[in-house]
Amino acid sequence: MEEKSLHHEEPRDDFGAKMGMWLFIFTELLLFAGLFLVYSVYRFQYPTFFHQAALELNVTIGSLNTVVLLISSMTVAMSLTAMQKNNRKLALTLLFITVLCALIFLFNKYIEWGTKFEEGLYPGSPLMLKLERGHLLFFSLYFFMTGLHALHIIIGMVILLIAWFKIKKGTVNTGKYMLLENGALYWHLVDLIWIFLFPLFYLIT
Amino acid sequence: MMINNNLNPEYINYLDYKGKYTGIRAWLYSTDHKRIGLMYLYAITTFFSIGAIMGILMRIELIAPGPTIMGPQTYNGIFTVHGIIMIFMVVIPGLSVVFGNLFMPILIGARDVAFPRLNLFAFYVYLTGCALAILSQVLRHGPPDTGWTFYAPYSLNTGTNVIAATGAAFILGFSSILTGLNFIVTIHRMRAPGMTFFRMPLFVWAIYATAWIQLLATPIIGITLLMLIIERLFNIGFFEPALGGDPVLFQHLFWIYSHPAVYIMILPAMGVISEIIPTFSQKRIYGYRAIAFSSLAIAGVGYLIWGHHMFTSGMSLVAIWSFSLFTFIVAIPSAVKVFSWVGTMYKGSIDLKPPMLYALSFIFLFMIGGFSGLVLGGLATDVQVHDTAFVVAHFHYIVFGGMGYAFFGAIHYWFPKIYGKMYKIKRANIAWALTFIGFNLLYFPQFILGMQGMPRRYFDYLPQFQTGQVISTIGSFIFISGFILMVYNLIMGYRKGEQATANPWKGTTLEWTIPSPPSLENFEEIPVITEDPYNYK
Repeated sequence: MEEKSLHHEEPRDDFGAKMGMWLFIFTELLLFAGLFLVYSVYRFQYPTFFHQAALELNVTIGSLNTVVLLISSMTVAMSLTAMQKNNRKLALTLLFITVLCALIFLFNKYIEWGTKFEEGLYPGSPLMLKLERGHLLFFSLYFFMTGLHALHIIIGMVILLIAWFKIKKGTVNTGKYMLLENGALYWHLVDLIWIFLFPLFYLIT
Repeated sequence: MMINNNLNPEYINYLDYKGKYTGIRAWLYSTDHKRIGLMYLYAITTFFSIGAIMGILMRIELIAPGPTIMGPQTYNGIFTVHGIIMIFMVVIPGLSVVFGNLFMPILIGARDVAFPRLNLFAFYVYLTGCALAILSQVLRHGPPDTGWTFYAPYSLNTGTNVIAATGAAFILGFSSILTGLNFIVTIHRMRAPGMTFFRMPLFVWAIYATAWIQLLATPIIGITLLMLIIERLFNIGFFEPALGGDPVLFQHLFWIYSHPAVYIMILPAMGVISEIIPTFSQKRIYGYRAIAFSSLAIAGVGYLIWGHHMFTSGMSLVAIWSFSLFTFIVAIPSAVKVFSWVGTMYKGSIDLKPPMLYALSFIFLFMIGGFSGLVLGGLATDVQVHDTAFVVAHFHYIVFGGMGYAFFGAIHYWFPKIYGKMYKIKRANIAWALTFIGFNLLYFPQFILGMQGMPRRYFDYLPQFQTGQVISTIGSFIFISGFILMVYNLIMGYRKGEQATANPWKGTTLEWTIPSPPSLENFEEIPVITEDPYNYK
């Protein structure tokens, strides 16, 4: 008897796969929720320090990154639609633009963090420990939250890159595009979290 | 309904099945939910034994005042490690990964979980976390000495391996999330035709409620432990009062997860009991919907009571009143279950086989644990017994007497299905009696010691506490001998036991309609469900 015949093939469950991704996204939101909670507690405790420290951040780069991420969310959604309409080439191009946007975001982040590091502001630095408590907590939260977010950008980028190669290879195609759809969902999550981080750190001053 | 195992010539059970891989790799690479469940069973039994040995060492240390076999620092390390192993590696995953994996898909009439490869991945994530936890004990700076709760600011300042231990808990949490996610999707998407939510066996309901808690509570502990790790590495100040942080905030964040985690431990246990009691009473479960909804109610209300761990930490009066109120409210759905189980047994034909004995002792121990929990949930009484041996007795009655006895019950209940063999009933009964007597001798004196003022986590005590401590230590010896007999009996059952029939207990749920052990695919034909799971005539 052949092994194949013993193993019943389960019908593919795209809805189930998407459901799994949504559940995972819940957990990611809750992960950041813990940090938002800590942020609100200390903002409440040290309002003036948070106000002063926020003035130190570079609103221009922050806004630029917001625009970049919004564009990338659009292109990844368009890429998925292109894939559904069997336009493989367009899907690849749009996905490429998305990954490019992610790289631009990370580059800006590098510039932004780099300037702060040069000023002696980084977690555990002697200068940080000498700051007023409220300022220290603001910058700690800033580095922690944007750092964790940047890590998620990298993870999302890797998922989208895998999707890109699989589209190229043809294993992700117009009939079977769950990887791309789930990758896009995850990318929207990463975008959404930034939409909350941006005003909390850069705009409320 | 009796089924002849040899009826179908194509039948090969999952233990003997030969696939692409052979030998040990056939297990390590297997995505079959039953094999993964068994691997979890062996891993968890191993870790439980390590944790139990540490428990025995603590009991020997406490047999007389003053240093007996170890010094204070070693004792601190041992109770911390005992806690980390037992909580994060044994009871939180416990029933859900072992019996959830082994039987949840079968009970809903599915061939596997929704994401089999993710399931295997979660197992390896679990093993990685366990390895790191074990490493934290042997690395250079010595085992963590914070207690399993890792309270700041001590956990930030102690020189021991806190990062490895908290990192391990973080990784174990990730594994827990993946399992929860997998089970929720499985229960939503893979039920057999006709298996509506209200035709699901109650164990599946319990696993479902548990999976939601795993999913929604675990990220909070993840981020909290991550903050703790970063704080230790970089002094970011979140929980360090010297840097403007708030250690009570850590306690809040810790218990926002760790209290719901108590229900991750106990809900599947209640699910197991809801399976065993109707089978051994040969009677339809009493209050099916009440039990199902009480699982969800416990999962929901369980989120709102974390503050009762912190009545003495400093909170506003409004906060402590509300937390106390919700603590009393969460006792109601638990009581609903107990009444339903008793109602099921009423006028049933009760058969005192080993699984039933464990189920009955679960109810007994769980009630003692539950009522003593109300003592701790009351604001005035809590101040008296906070951080005493009373708390130790309470949570061992709930967690060990609850989850542990349900686990023992479950393994005795499903053993013939898992291995297709039967253990010796009489020997199992003796082992049960030993563990039951030992358990009560071990923990009951600690209620009294706590009332008298014996603090928890102390390696030394005043001479007036010695009587209780000695009784407790003797109890631990009796318990462990019962446990060894139980494991011996099960191993002998596996190696030399008689062949088990497909339905030795005359159960009515789906796992008893297929051969013992099940085939790789569980069902030749996916069954069509037309009636309730507990349809005893």
